[in-house]
Amino acid sequence: MRTSIPASASSNAPDVGRPAPRSLSREVFRRLRRSKSAALGGIILMALVAAAFTAPLLTPYEPLEMNPVDRLQPPNVRHWLGTDVFGRDMLTRILFGSRISLQTGLISVSIALLIGVPLGLASGFYGGLIDRSLMRVVDLMLTFPGILLALVLIAILGPDLFNAMLAVGISASPTFARVVRAAVLSSKEQTYVEAARAVGCTNARIMLRHILPNTVAPIIVLGTLGVAGAIIAAAALSYLGLGARPPQPEWGALLSEGRNYLRVAWWMTTFPGLAIMTAVLSINLLGDGLRDALDPRLQS
Amino acid sequence: MLQFVLKRLLLAIPTMVAASILVFLMLHLVPGDPAIIFFGDQPVTPERLEEVRRQMGLHRPLVVQYLDFVRGIPRGDLGRSIHNRTPVFEELRTRVGSSAELALAAFVVAIALGLSLGLLSALWRGKWVDAGAMLVALGGVSMPIFWLASMLIFVFSLKLGWFPAIGFGGWNRLVLPAMALGFISSATLARLVRSSVLEVLLQPFVTTARSKGLREAVVIRRHVLKNAFIAVITVMGLQFGTLLSGAVITETVFARPGVGKLLVDAISNKDFPIVQGAVLFIALIYIVINLLVDLSYAYLDPRIRFE
Repeated sequence: MRTSIPASASSNAPDVGRPAPRSLSREVFRRLRRSKSAALGGIILMALVAAAFTAPLLTPYEPLEMNPVDRLQPPNVRHWLGTDVFGRDMLTRILFGSRISLQTGLISVSIALLIGVPLGLASGFYGGLIDRSLMRVVDLMLTFPGILLALVLIAILGPDLFNAMLAVGISASPTFARVVRAAVLSSKEQTYVEAARAVGCTNARIMLRHILPNTVAPIIVLGTLGVAGAIIAAAALSYLGLGARPPQPEWGALLSEGRNYLRVAWWMTTFPGLAIMTAVLSINLLGDGLRDALDPRLQS
Repeated sequence: MLQFVLKRLLLAIPTMVAASILVFLMLHLVPGDPAIIFFGDQPVTPERLEEVRRQMGLHRPLVVQYLDFVRGIPRGDLGRSIHNRTPVFEELRTRVGSSAELALAAFVVAIALGLSLGLLSALWRGKWVDAGAMLVALGGVSMPIFWLASMLIFVFSLKLGWFPAIGFGGWNRLVLPAMALGFISSATLARLVRSSVLEVLLQPFVTTARSKGLREAVVIRRHVLKNAFIAVITVMGLQFGTLLSGAVITETVFARPGVGKLLVDAISNKDFPIVQGAVLFIALIYIVINLLVDLSYAYLDPRIRFE
């Protein structure tokens, strides 16, 4: 009969007289709570996500509702963050925009994970020719700095919001592949992999059930920080006119609309930028906290 | 050292070849016929389309087309712009100056800011200086460059009138773009300088230097900084890549006629020969910079050469 050994089996040997070890997630949560900056990041992020979900309840206006009488109003009691050139309420547009921008970050990172994790897993696990060829592809992608690869992909796919997410996701995937590969390389030498092999587990099972759960820590950290990077990258593409298009209230697109009115309506540029910065800052704070909480070197 | 240089140079060649293949394939990966893309939105007869296909050599095998493309690179033959029919090389040549000027100025700002923030933070670890410097750095990491650029224009150009908002030529048109790009790039550098300096400060040779009675300034300059720099130089090189991609956006915000703006405009106009040329140019610069970083790394740390 084929039996599987859980990933953590090696560390779960009976140890009489010692309190049962805390689970990784509980331990991480405990460490996270101790970090003030991570807690602050988490709270701000939760508030932003809650605002994105409840946007229609928080504002009496519609994001695309034009009102020429109220055009280019500075912040006031009726329009807290002012109005744009079509009289649309900026707060409403930013609130609804958070739905698009946060989703963009999440979807882009999911795409990066979907591509990068299997590549890194296969590369690290099989080694040899597979590793060498996959890593050459990864190196080639890393030849293009930052947003350049995303721009190349947009040039091929055509400018539009989904393509921007795809481009940002694909261009972030090599970093994920590299990190997962490194984690797999150290994981595959562990005793629990040897034990799994000894009981007859297939390669696919060893990779998915035994190695992958043990590489989850760096993936979580990179994924979290990746969302922040993806929000900025996608906003940059929209700002350049290569992502979300007007009247979509994506944060980068809002900033792009505002730049032509900087002299007369500073609020059109200032507030969407602050929204991007707040979201990215909170995710970075949380990501930094997660990194500290999940770093094995600090777990002694 | 010579052996290391030669080995590293040889390793850079396949990367360059691979980058050129990817850039070449771009035109063929775009959905649709490259000849139709060549004409963009202009109406065209089937005969003219066939003629252009022949002129572009699209009837030949892909490998032959690629070899032709590569052979053209050293001659500066990167094709012609679809829109104004000017040679791509000419378009790039006229814009390199503006981009180089921006990149260098921003690099100086990034290094000055990154080093001082990182060093201050490490030397005053746990104090308010540390917290303040790292908060600035975190702000830099989280701030979109196009927003910072817009804010700089708003304050220093539109409100105070100190610098022109857009354009190219003269130092005063360089200040705001260099500040924006330099500040964003300095953030990562500051965080790395801090952690490298902190790591070196704990080394026994620093304790030895101090116990010899050396002044703190000498310990920092001669022993700490020199050793912390090895890691910092690598990141400085990598930051140059961030700077190149940041320059794409900065040039667009400040309407500077550089390679980055040329690329963004070409993508919007579907001017693929220009896109290919600009991407190839930026990728090659990036590869060369990485090569130089590796060489300087080996020069500073002899252990690298013997690995």
